[in-house]
Amino acid sequence: MKKMKLVMIGNGMAGVRTLEELLKHAPDLYDITVFGAEPHGNYNRILLSPVLAGEMTLPEIMLNDLDWYGDNGIRLHAGKKVTTIDRVHRRIIADDGTEAEYDRLLIATGSTPFIPPIPGKDLAGVLAYRDIADTEAMIDAATHYKHAVVIGAGLLGLEAANGLMLRGMDVTVVHLADWIMERQLDRAAADMLQASLEAKGMKFLLSKQTEALVEGEGGRVGAVRFKDGAEIPADLVVVAAGIRPNYALAESAGIYCGEGRVRGIQVSDTMQTVTDPRIYAVGECVAHRGIAYGLVAPLFEQGKVCANHLANFGIGRYEGSVTSTKLKVTGIDVFSAGDFTGGADTEEIVLHDRQGGVYKRIVIRNNRIVGSVLYGDTADGSWYFQLMKDGQDIGAIRDHLMFGQNHLGDAGHKGEHKAVAMPDSAEVCGCNGVCKGTIVKAIQEKGLFTLDDVKKHTKAASSCGSCTGLVEQILASTIGGAYQAVSVHDKAVCACTELSHGDVRKAIRDHRLLTIPDAMDMMAWKTPNGCATCRPALNYYLISTWPHEAQDDPQSRFVNERAHANIQKDGTYSVVPQMLGGLTTPAELRRIADVAEKYNVPTVKVTGGQRIDLLGIKKDDLPKVWKDLGMPTGHAYGKSIRTVKTCVGAEHCRFGTQRSMAMGVDLERMLFGMWSPHKVKLAVSGCPRNCAESGIKDVGVIGVDSGWELYVAGNGGIKTEVAQFLCKVATREEVLEYSAAFLQLYREEGYYLERTVHYVHRVGLEHVKKRVVEDAATRRALYERLLYAVQDYKDPWAERYAADAAPALRAPFETLEA
Amino acid sequence: MTMNAMTLRKTDTDIAADAGWKTICALDDIPVLGARVVASKSGDIAIFRTADDEVFAMHDKCPHKNGPLSQGIVHGRQVTCPLHGWKIQLDSGEAVAPDVGCTKPFEVKLVDGQVLLKA
Repeated sequence: MKKMKLVMIGNGMAGVRTLEELLKHAPDLYDITVFGAEPHGNYNRILLSPVLAGEMTLPEIMLNDLDWYGDNGIRLHAGKKVTTIDRVHRRIIADDGTEAEYDRLLIATGSTPFIPPIPGKDLAGVLAYRDIADTEAMIDAATHYKHAVVIGAGLLGLEAANGLMLRGMDVTVVHLADWIMERQLDRAAADMLQASLEAKGMKFLLSKQTEALVEGEGGRVGAVRFKDGAEIPADLVVVAAGIRPNYALAESAGIYCGEGRVRGIQVSDTMQTVTDPRIYAVGECVAHRGIAYGLVAPLFEQGKVCANHLANFGIGRYEGSVTSTKLKVTGIDVFSAGDFTGGADTEEIVLHDRQGGVYKRIVIRNNRIVGSVLYGDTADGSWYFQLMKDGQDIGAIRDHLMFGQNHLGDAGHKGEHKAVAMPDSAEVCGCNGVCKGTIVKAIQEKGLFTLDDVKKHTKAASSCGSCTGLVEQILASTIGGAYQAVSVHDKAVCACTELSHGDVRKAIRDHRLLTIPDAMDMMAWKTPNGCATCRPALNYYLISTWPHEAQDDPQSRFVNERAHANIQKDGTYSVVPQMLGGLTTPAELRRIADVAEKYNVPTVKVTGGQRIDLLGIKKDDLPKVWKDLGMPTGHAYGKSIRTVKTCVGAEHCRFGTQRSMAMGVDLERMLFGMWSPHKVKLAVSGCPRNCAESGIKDVGVIGVDSGWELYVAGNGGIKTEVAQFLCKVATREEVLEYSAAFLQLYREEGYYLERTVHYVHRVGLEHVKKRVVEDAATRRALYERLLYAVQDYKDPWAERYAADAAPALRAPFETLEA
Repeated sequence: MTMNAMTLRKTDTDIAADAGWKTICALDDIPVLGARVVASKSGDIAIFRTADDEVFAMHDKCPHKNGPLSQGIVHGRQVTCPLHGWKIQLDSGEAVAPDVGCTKPFEVKLVDGQVLLKA
């Protein structure tokens, strides 16, 4: 089949990213030609500032060098500006007469700097700051001249000023507004930033309107004159007064580019121009639903959607982005999102440490975050942003909101929150031993832009995830500007689909999907049989939504849930027999001891959940060990019920008010066989002394004289989280019903690998209380659904060691001979 | 009867055995999207079966930290190691980028529904 012809106009970050995505999906579909006005490959425009500042060199910021185009069979016309799009003959013409025909055209012409119409703007020595040529001209000017004036104190202006200052120039920043970066910062944060820049030697003239650029010697600019008559010397003027979508070429071809304030190539959610279905557009030249984006993350999202449609997959829509700004201005982290100015109907929480260089302001309306500004320490920016996007009620966490998501015992990286202040040798990811320097190097050398990329390449934040905020902050400060956090809740499950966990759950419920192949088929999975991320999630969603009907697929479960034991680093397994409530008997202990000796078990350990763990057992021995133990599985290996820990309670303890051991045994027996989005741990204490540590459990029960207090969504793991009080009940039956109802709600609404604490953070405790505490009928129904789901669950160990066990159950434990 | 005629009467499996191939098990003994472990003189070998009933064999050791690949989740022509999530290409034993490493592959084939291994 003859390949279709794809021509791309513009050779910048958004366009080339689109091609990269397209080549991943459909490497052989198109014959691709690219026209770029600049005589280079694709480079990281965001890193021009470090180049100007002398911190990086041009080769270091190349994302796709010329070889990349050749290797991928792409014809690149670098340095040729396209002047005509001939839609009738489906061809384009460049300024040197080069022509190219297309079946599909992708316009990615980016943006152009806005130069206000002031007299003298065409003098030599007056520059915009947009591309490599501008940067080189500024570097050149810095070696010959003394006085630089930067007009505009936005991000770009400040970075230009900083670079020129580092190159030895005397720099004055002129700004029309009352404070710098007024689009991103409130006055307090801006004042701090200004003070820190002034301390380095930068000068500012605020609320100043430029009247003219005055000609000096030899036709070059010599001074800047203001409306108030003042004049300052200037051998170099950098105009950084904003950017505008570059749509002139598209408009000249009759492609609709909007009117009034919303100018830019008008595209639909598939990134097709509204005028011509053969023509797509992505990047800064585009206006999507009335918004032209200038940050890299939304543009990459556009590219992803566009590539999907160019590849004829036809799924995925770009529905716009809620943007936040997380960036580094001359080495200082700042973050802002939403309505950070506030108004008469808003309240605010402010932390202001002028000496320490930290400022945080959260704007709240009706107990919901509507905006925030962070200066100096931005590690929690994405958390605030998420809370804002989700419209979550922050009433319950208001008192520690300001101290961030991690302020409670965030283990593993010593409470480091300020990426900038960290030395390169500081360990960021305690799980995988990754230092800041390693992350920075990977980001720069491999051209990484997203958190996922950084996780993949460095393994940082890829295990327990507690350093995610810090890694994001390092990413933001390394790529200079415009890193944007993506919402974790709308994020696709994995690369096999565009759908989020919520979408997948809903589809499985709405369409009564019962098998993984059916689910993948219905939801148009992109891979033939998924991956190790989505398959376990799908399997869980199927069996939890349609218990006893959906087909449980062992091959889509993690090894531990297939082997019903916990894999260890050397490939052996650990075995934990059931001991309801942590209670055992002399006979059981004797059998455990015998097994340990018979199979030469190297380690016998009491676990944190009050069980006995036999470690170092070979897979082939597992069924024999289980048989000899003669005890059911202790569920120590699954995304499932784990343990119910108990204290001694009123049975023996002189302080005990309730019979906690019996309660624990009843709870654990009820939950036997319960699979869940993540592991679930319970505890029952017999009095408020709480010896079973009920305060850090998914469900914690504390006996008091008049009954039982129930706590939910605690966590003793990565981030210690204190469980929240759910309600108080009087009887044993109520404890069972309320606990089960809460867990069933979590089972039905939680996302795979989301602990109860994160689930409750996401939906809010009110949501849980409404269904579990306030509405008796809903609670009852949830309780019954849980009982139904675990009904008739057979001990998986006994099923496998039974003499008449099916070969399919036995085979995984048998080694073949060669 | 000549030697030639005798050889002709041999089944395909016999001929394979002559060339150093060994019959290990029936294809159906390996779960779809799963693996079995074969003990051999060169150590444990994992034999994988894909959704399309292709079979692949390699050392049952991840190039990262020796994780038992046979216990991983099989998807497409890859397996994800159960220990730290490295992805290994079933046809070559190579780790999927950005990870770098290689596990030794072995020749394996299907004859009459039987899995034959050359180890």
